[in-house]
Amino acid sequence: MTEERASDMLPKTSLSRRNVLKGAGAAAGLAVGPGFVRYAQAQSSAPIKIGFQAHKTGIGASYGRWYERTTNAAVKLINEAGGINGRPVEIVIEDDGTDPNRGAEVVAKFANQHKCDIVYGTLFSHVVIGSAPTAGELKIPYYVVSEGHHVASTKLNRYVFQPGITDVKSQIQAMAPWIAANAGKKVTQIFPDFAFGYDHRDYLPPALKAQGADVIAQIAIPPTESSFTRYFPQIPADTDVIYHVMVGPAVLTFVKELGEFYGSNRPQLFGFIDSLEAVDINSPGLGFLDGSHFWEGSPRYAQPDDSDAQKAYRAAVGIDDNGAAVGDPKDISTAAHMFGCWETLYVIKKAMEDAGYRGPEDRGKLVEATEALTEFAEGPEHPQGPKTFNGKIHQCFGIQYISKVENGRLNVVHKTSIEDGIYEPEGDYTTMPL
Amino acid sequence: MAFGPHLLLAALEGLVTSAVLALMALGLSLVFGVMRVVNVAHGEFYMLGAVVAWWVASLVTGHPALGFLAALVISPLIVGAVALLAERLVLRRLDYNPEATIVATIGILYILQQLALTFYGPDARPVAAPFTYRVLFPWFGYSGYKLAVVGASVALLLVTWFVLMRTRLGLVMRATQYDRETAQAFAIPVDRVYAGVFALGAMLAAVAAVLIVPISQAHYLMGLDPLLLSFIVVIIGGLGSLRGTLVAAVLIGLSDGIISAFFQPTLAKMIATLIVALVLVFRPTGLFGTSAR
Amino acid sequence: MTGEEATREMPATPVPRRRRPPAGNRVSTGRVVALHAGVIALLLALQFVLPSYHHGVLARVLVLAVFAMGYNLLFGYAGLLSLGHAMFFSAGLYGAGLSIYHLGWSAPSAFAGGVISGAVLATAIGVLALRTTGVAFMIVTMMFAQVFYLTTLYFNVWTGGDQGVVLQQQARTIPFAGSTIDLTDPATRYFAALALFSVVLFSVLALVRSPRGRVLVAIRENEQRTTMLGYDTFASKLVAVVISGIVCSAAGAAYALLFGYVGSTFASVQYSILPLLWVLLGGAATTLGPFVGTLLMYYLIDLSNDVLAAWAPGWNFSAIGIVGIALILLILFFPKGLLGSIRERWVPWLP
Repeated sequence: MTEERASDMLPKTSLSRRNVLKGAGAAAGLAVGPGFVRYAQAQSSAPIKIGFQAHKTGIGASYGRWYERTTNAAVKLINEAGGINGRPVEIVIEDDGTDPNRGAEVVAKFANQHKCDIVYGTLFSHVVIGSAPTAGELKIPYYVVSEGHHVASTKLNRYVFQPGITDVKSQIQAMAPWIAANAGKKVTQIFPDFAFGYDHRDYLPPALKAQGADVIAQIAIPPTESSFTRYFPQIPADTDVIYHVMVGPAVLTFVKELGEFYGSNRPQLFGFIDSLEAVDINSPGLGFLDGSHFWEGSPRYAQPDDSDAQKAYRAAVGIDDNGAAVGDPKDISTAAHMFGCWETLYVIKKAMEDAGYRGPEDRGKLVEATEALTEFAEGPEHPQGPKTFNGKIHQCFGIQYISKVENGRLNVVHKTSIEDGIYEPEGDYTTMPL
Repeated sequence: MAFGPHLLLAALEGLVTSAVLALMALGLSLVFGVMRVVNVAHGEFYMLGAVVAWWVASLVTGHPALGFLAALVISPLIVGAVALLAERLVLRRLDYNPEATIVATIGILYILQQLALTFYGPDARPVAAPFTYRVLFPWFGYSGYKLAVVGASVALLLVTWFVLMRTRLGLVMRATQYDRETAQAFAIPVDRVYAGVFALGAMLAAVAAVLIVPISQAHYLMGLDPLLLSFIVVIIGGLGSLRGTLVAAVLIGLSDGIISAFFQPTLAKMIATLIVALVLVFRPTGLFGTSAR
Repeated sequence: MTGEEATREMPATPVPRRRRPPAGNRVSTGRVVALHAGVIALLLALQFVLPSYHHGVLARVLVLAVFAMGYNLLFGYAGLLSLGHAMFFSAGLYGAGLSIYHLGWSAPSAFAGGVISGAVLATAIGVLALRTTGVAFMIVTMMFAQVFYLTTLYFNVWTGGDQGVVLQQQARTIPFAGSTIDLTDPATRYFAALALFSVVLFSVLALVRSPRGRVLVAIRENEQRTTMLGYDTFASKLVAVVISGIVCSAAGAAYALLFGYVGSTFASVQYSILPLLWVLLGGAATTLGPFVGTLLMYYLIDLSNDVLAAWAPGWNFSAIGIVGIALILLILFFPKGLLGSIRERWVPWLP
């Protein structure tokens, strides 16, 4: 151990600038100090600083707020239980404006200015992909809660992880058998021509094909669109199922207009709850959704068979049985995604404890420790359900929920198994240099 | 769906877009024409109109129409007051310098967005339509409220038209637009006309927003796309020509709707935008404009 | 805006004493060159003393300032307000980024590819958009940029759409004299950004002090009169659009190479508004204004986030509100931007 530590403490990069900087910094009293000072600090009870890249403004702000609430709730519990490696956890929040350029700047700020140990918490995939190069160059572990397939595609780098939420490719693969068996064989897809829309476009057709069903039309909606009716005639008449997934402020319009177009005489509807995340299912104009089905990452409404862990999680985050903020029934949560923040923080805790993490000099060990994880048992730390983790592609795989809209509630009618969502890895991060 | 009905639906959708766009662009065109400034915050007045509408509607209990009607009255008043305040506090001090006004209105844009985010939040929130009636065509259903929006917009445009063309107030505005110095020489209080025009422009945007909010929702970022569209409409119509603005709104709304019937959505947007851009390239003063500046 | 004082130095009629007469250029040339060389030297020195965060920030700001300088050429000097410059920046970004990502080009040829894409696009857009003037020009450029943005989404199979693509670190290196220059190394990145910035700064300086630059200012002040004087104003404006496009695409290409991310956000209208703001904040038609504006805007956002986190926790208040207030205060009290106002009040020779 000691030998390893010594080698880790050696400056990895022999930049002339760094050395000059260190000299100048020490003289001017600017630098935090050379390695041994940091080490001494780490042994004390100095907090572990987690940089939280939050969508406080911009198009992701609805999600950002709930990600923040979930994060605070989990950190409070972690700290009450003694923190990580006996050290308290401190969350440093920076707004990324849901913009990839600002996102990259924020990652650099966490690493170099706030001296955070890791970066965490991003949702929108363009921010994740825009920030990933900076995280890789600064060699700071970057744990995202995005559900995009970008991490698992192994196109990013060794420092990016998604251990708390299943990626879209896996979600789609797990949904396909149920759709083909229960909803219909001829599927028309409506999805955003941006963000995770590409994942839905690319992975649903093969997944359905494997189940003997077909995607007969794909309608991709550009981000500048706020009205959708004009595209509905492009839905073929022999469609059995409309598979819809939208994101952003216009989601409610989309679902409402679908209702006006079809009325009660509609094909089956299967949606990803992203189409209605943070939106009340009982909003005016959504009555026609009754009887339709949704994918949910984690159920919005309390279910009769909720585990104690799930109940405790909901209470800690502050959502009521309808998935709204306690005390404000109009403030609907993003329940299908935000659990990922909670679980990711516990994965970070586990990995840091496995790595014996003391400070930034142990980041490489933290990466390896995270990659060594294989499964997470259902429980207070993983209230959404059990998961497996593939260290080669830095992605976790969990169970998915299918819920039916009944009497203004979403009731879970089907739970997939983890195996339903497993696919062949597309690459291997562990072969990349640290 | 057969081609005919498809086209009908696309045209209906285009008409709804046109109706809302016309109201909003008319406000921008007035400010443009009379004050000769580009109001980048126009989209935020639209957003504010929608947010206030949600707030008013959520306070009024009973039939949704009551809340909606209350919003239709209160929202433009509040937005007009905000615009008046901005004009007095900022634009007047800049002496309506075109470049300075662009920066200042971008500043106002950010401030209004921030206020909405702070006090209203980041969620998209719906307002119930005053009535829900689904018009049943043989091939598809269509929102009766959307058709009512077209009617309401036409009525409001007629009222605005009347005010501008048949009242003393309108005469004063048109005189100021035509020649500021001469108007001043004829004892027209140009300064107060400017304030009034700016507020009126914002109120038109707010009315458009109240009409649209039962269709789409109030959201703090909803202002940008309609702003860009209204810019396009005003320029295509020809600077300072209110008639041109209306014609352009109808043309752009309809073409947007109809082109969408032929192509994939993103491609349709590209083609529609490109066509409008090329219209301007080959008719640089717009449809009814005489000179661009 | 900064137009009036420039007009005053245009005609050969007697000029106010504090104005720099055209014939007296040589008097201040030394001072002007010294000032710019001093700025470059200062930036070079900062390289060794800045803490790593601010060091990284400055590298990014330098690249974005090049974008702003390209914008300033057209807006500040030629008086053409475009709301479509995001497309030139992204032409460079995609030109460089996609030729690395799909074609495996080396970093230098990818950079050249980016700049050439920008030049070609700017020529085409210039020929079309320059048929219009004033606000119509602004709207036409905005619409072309919107088409460009949608194009990057439409062809997302190649561009990655709004998610974009990441350029791996090993692709962002330049083989040089037996070793490799690693553009992902912070010091090298800073040098590269500073080199680009310096080249563009001095080119802009030379251009605006050249006869051709003067013609641009003349067009801004009175196009009809300039035409009457025998200048082909369309050709001059086209050259301005193309040079502006080249500079902006160079910034975009450098961004792709230095920061490794290519995505359609940079083509959205927001990134057309930003250079306008940067230029107006720093001072339109000043050579250093774009850099000052970009830097100011960056720290305005960055510091207000910190201040708000410390003083207004729990309030849903963010940097955008602060930026809004700052913009209004600035335009009220420094109507010509920081450097523009300084030039007007205290340092008349400031270029």
